[in-house]
Amino acid sequence: MLTSEERAEIETESTHYPTREAVCIDALKIVQQHRGWISDEALGDIGELLGMSSADLDAVATFYNLIFRKPVGRHVIYVCDSVSCWILGCERHFQRLAERLGTKPGETTPDGRFTVLPIVCLGACDHAPALMIDRDLHLDVEPANLDRILEGYR
Amino acid sequence: MRPGGEVVDLRSYEQAGGYQGLRKALSGMQPERVIEEVKAANLRGRGGAGFPTGLKWSFVPKDAPHPRYVVCNADEMEPGTFKDRLLMERDPHQLIEGVTLAGYAAGCDVGYIFVRGEYHLSGERLREAIAEAHQAGYLGKNILRSDFSFEMHVHMSAGRYMCGEETGMLNALEGKRANPRSKPPFPGVSGLWGKPTVINNVETLCNVPHIVSHGAEWFRSLSRTKDGGTKLYGASGKVKRPGLWELPMGTTVRELLEEHAGGMREGLQFRGLLPGGASTDFLTEQHLDVPMDFTEVQKAGSRLGTGTMIVLDDQTCPVGMVGNLIHFFAQESCGWCTPCWSGLGWAERILKAMEEGHGRPGDLEKLAFQARFWTPGQTFCALAPGAAEPLQSALQYFRDDFERHINEQRCPWRTNG
Repeated sequence: MLTSEERAEIETESTHYPTREAVCIDALKIVQQHRGWISDEALGDIGELLGMSSADLDAVATFYNLIFRKPVGRHVIYVCDSVSCWILGCERHFQRLAERLGTKPGETTPDGRFTVLPIVCLGACDHAPALMIDRDLHLDVEPANLDRILEGYR
Repeated sequence: MRPGGEVVDLRSYEQAGGYQGLRKALSGMQPERVIEEVKAANLRGRGGAGFPTGLKWSFVPKDAPHPRYVVCNADEMEPGTFKDRLLMERDPHQLIEGVTLAGYAAGCDVGYIFVRGEYHLSGERLREAIAEAHQAGYLGKNILRSDFSFEMHVHMSAGRYMCGEETGMLNALEGKRANPRSKPPFPGVSGLWGKPTVINNVETLCNVPHIVSHGAEWFRSLSRTKDGGTKLYGASGKVKRPGLWELPMGTTVRELLEEHAGGMREGLQFRGLLPGGASTDFLTEQHLDVPMDFTEVQKAGSRLGTGTMIVLDDQTCPVGMVGNLIHFFAQESCGWCTPCWSGLGWAERILKAMEEGHGRPGDLEKLAFQARFWTPGQTFCALAPGAAEPLQSALQYFRDDFERHINEQRCPWRTNG
């Protein structure tokens, strides 16, 4: 069941488009914002609201990098692994996170605090290496200041 | 844009001359006149393809049906590119005015700013600025008491490079997978929900208010070459001062690399660069005096693309760099057409094995063979043709480095001594 808050947010966005189908990506993101990820049940509920089959909606949900079809931690650490960050040594961040959190890319810490994911170019190449945690962009990241950055995310 | 990153609010934007372009257009310029001015200004698309903007707008037939749409391509995901994010975060009203003027010129009714999902701050600032613009009468019904009405919405994407392909973007806006569409029909005739649609990049549209305010001749005079205006140029990689600079179109590679970016970091030598993002061919030492405009960079065998340079130093492995780029393209392939999803995956595996010391004789021939299929017409869109550019030019300029990986069964950069 979608909550009334989720429904209201989806309906507000839907006024921007002439078709119900068009709001499905916004709808997936809205529900994910509330619940952390999109379960099969949530997918079915959104589909019902918009008049889309679960198959069609899942085709959309699985196409996009920022929509999660399995649970993630309270905070998602997106480490940019595109070319400029690679030149500036982003691999060290994956190593440091593996050491500190015990997570390889794609994994979640056992306490549910962090999920570590690679992400494509974040558009901060003059301040590489860059990473994003939840909605926050972090620039000029070095392994030394990575620990301090993580402390801000309980 | 303010160096500290603070946003230019509506009041400050107006004080600096903002929305004067819109005022001028709506108080006496016919839409066709706006198109002519932008054509005469020689404004070429700043999203990578460099298509003449005024010409693109003129493709919307005069008797085309309504509603018509403007879509601003703010899906900046080309690796090495970081200009549109700054334009949106710091000067959102400039973009809003540009989108509105494009709408006026092509007779459109609604504008969407399609922002990549990761650009949260850009989305927030654009939404706030749209609300401010509405309040002030620059958007909505009968703008500035004219007959022109225009609505604008921000659409935040959910993360996929293919959304930056204009027809992929239309599918994404319609709530679908961002596979490309065949052209013709072109979006100017049949685009969003089958209606006439004009699609332009953020930086392109940001130039429009200034062209309308000050005229095509002024815009052409800012440039050193035939392509009009200024350009946001950038540099990343191991240079002393990575950054972004607004400079006359046609500034040379050398000026950008040495004067503005400060040259290579201490102890490093320049080996080459991609002049305009991941999907452009390498330029090397011999090309340092090439002016960075569309025509000259093409003559040098590459593309201006986004104009943000990715610099390769002598202590970074070219094979690793190309491997990283091909990994990106392979991952982001939408999977629609075989040469792309199959060929890029194959190339990625070959390059990874080579980097790990398992390269085999014949690998370079296999890579060249695959890349021959990554051309428009063989592939459905320009993603794979873009991937071909750094790969083919690296095989041209750094072939010895590839061969060393195969012959020595190791990466000479990663395994010293």
